[in-house]
Amino acid sequence: MTASQRRDLRDGILFTLPFVLGALLLWVGPMLYSLVLVVLDWNLITRPDYVGMKNLSKLVDGRDPLFYKSLYNTFYFTFFSVPLQLLAAFGLALLLNQPMKGLGIYRTIFYIPSITPAVAFAVVWIQILNPEWGILNQILGWFGVEPIKWLFDPAFTRPAFVLMSLWLVGPQMIIFLAGLQSVSPELKDAAQIDGANTWQSFLHVTIPAISPIFFFNLVIGVIGSFQVFTNAFIMTRGGPQDSTLFMVLHIYRNAFEWFDMGYAATLAWVLFIIIMIFTVIQFRFARTWVYYESESSN
Amino acid sequence: MRTARFANLPWHVICWVLGISFLLPLVWMFSTALKPPGLVFETPIRWIPDNPRWYNYPQVFEKLPLFSRFFVNTFYVTLMGASGCVLSSLLVGFGLSRINWPGRNAVFGMLIATLMLPGVVTIIPLYIIFRYAQLVGTFYPLWIPAWFGYAFYIFLMRQYMMTLPRELDEAARMDGAANFRILWQIITPLCSPAIATIAIFAFLQHYNDFLGPLLYISANEMFTLQLGLLWFQGRFGNFWHLVMAASVMTIVPVLVLFFAAQKRFVQGIQLTGLAGR
Repeated sequence: MTASQRRDLRDGILFTLPFVLGALLLWVGPMLYSLVLVVLDWNLITRPDYVGMKNLSKLVDGRDPLFYKSLYNTFYFTFFSVPLQLLAAFGLALLLNQPMKGLGIYRTIFYIPSITPAVAFAVVWIQILNPEWGILNQILGWFGVEPIKWLFDPAFTRPAFVLMSLWLVGPQMIIFLAGLQSVSPELKDAAQIDGANTWQSFLHVTIPAISPIFFFNLVIGVIGSFQVFTNAFIMTRGGPQDSTLFMVLHIYRNAFEWFDMGYAATLAWVLFIIIMIFTVIQFRFARTWVYYESESSN
Repeated sequence: MRTARFANLPWHVICWVLGISFLLPLVWMFSTALKPPGLVFETPIRWIPDNPRWYNYPQVFEKLPLFSRFFVNTFYVTLMGASGCVLSSLLVGFGLSRINWPGRNAVFGMLIATLMLPGVVTIIPLYIIFRYAQLVGTFYPLWIPAWFGYAFYIFLMRQYMMTLPRELDEAARMDGAANFRILWQIITPLCSPAIATIAIFAFLQHYNDFLGPLLYISANEMFTLQLGLLWFQGRFGNFWHLVMAASVMTIVPVLVLFFAAQKRFVQGIQLTGLAGR
């Protein structure tokens, strides 16, 4: 090894040290520590007790019915909000991909809700969804819809949360838009010359070309929506009748309201594993529908 | 010409309707913040109040003098967090792009692995670790992690640095410049677009952080704006005109930043797919 190679090795280690240390101290270490917590009964104040599989069995044998409830709510939210968000984001991106005036303004308008601080966002939506004077019911009233109780009716809280999530599609929209703008015009021209109409060229050229972006937004969207928390914490506190008790809220309560650290860590691991399983499944299935240009040229 | 304009009409109508729906929450907030208490829940809603009550804004500080303190706290945490993100991503990004060393690919692999890890699993152990370190109730847990670098920002910086020509550092290396000087004097000035993007996103991330302050801050005078707004809403929840005035004040810095740096936002999202939240 020459002197300059030695120097580069030393500098490489030094420059990346913050990240490597961070990965150890903020990821690997805490994750291992969290595994230890799974076998403990600990309220942070008295001495931790070793309880073996008790926390895990509490999950399985139904002693915590709220776990199943929160699991259901989280899946419900993910199942509806992720596809609808993808559709909304893609629809907006298609709208903005037209050569029209005022694109920049519309892009700005569609993006702004996603940067509003979550607390202000939640506080406003409490009012928008108010059964008596909320704007949403006023608008629905124009179409003859009877007032809906939204956050006060367990049947409507989850749809309300899905609806709100549609206001936050700005970043996904911009990623789609970037993808649409990078679809090569030559490909589309070639399709037209071959006799494809606009719809066919959209279906057979545009959609495959941006399928990696669909995939990316899907993966990120699922990871995010499984960890939904803030709106439920601020707007409904998990209610009414636990209809908005999502998994992260359940974890938060167990850990920081009831100080059952061992059980909360167990719940967090379960959610972590669920998210990982879904991510892996998506990567597996990606092969069947995601189209990568570099692969097909081989 | 005329027909072309009319052909665009459906497009404009759709965009208008959608645009209004997207702005509705914000408009409601800004409009209610200027209403007297009695007219907040008037139906049908009056979007532009007849006599805008600007006094609502100073009244927020009269009701809750600490509210100005929340701004100071938030800007402190945001500044510390954002500068940590920029510095760490410069250092690590440089080590992962401009220095050739045997462990580079392994560290880059680690970076990619942590990009997608759901953070939920570390919330509880990190809290306990910070508690052992006696840092619960201080601002440290809110910004210390930024100084180790977040994978997204490092990734963004590394991608950007990869696009700079190699000859830049090679010439300097011939002259015997050390890596740190190459980073500082040659690469960093060229990275200002990436630095700006990271600074903006890190600003937003720390400014909008809710769970962090919720877990680590309990003394009222140490609240950030997010906690403060929630507290204000809890205490003065019947005064919706004031709650909205307070909300407007927490949003304005974000809006100012957004309009000042819109191009960077779009570039940043396209570079990483990083969400603004």
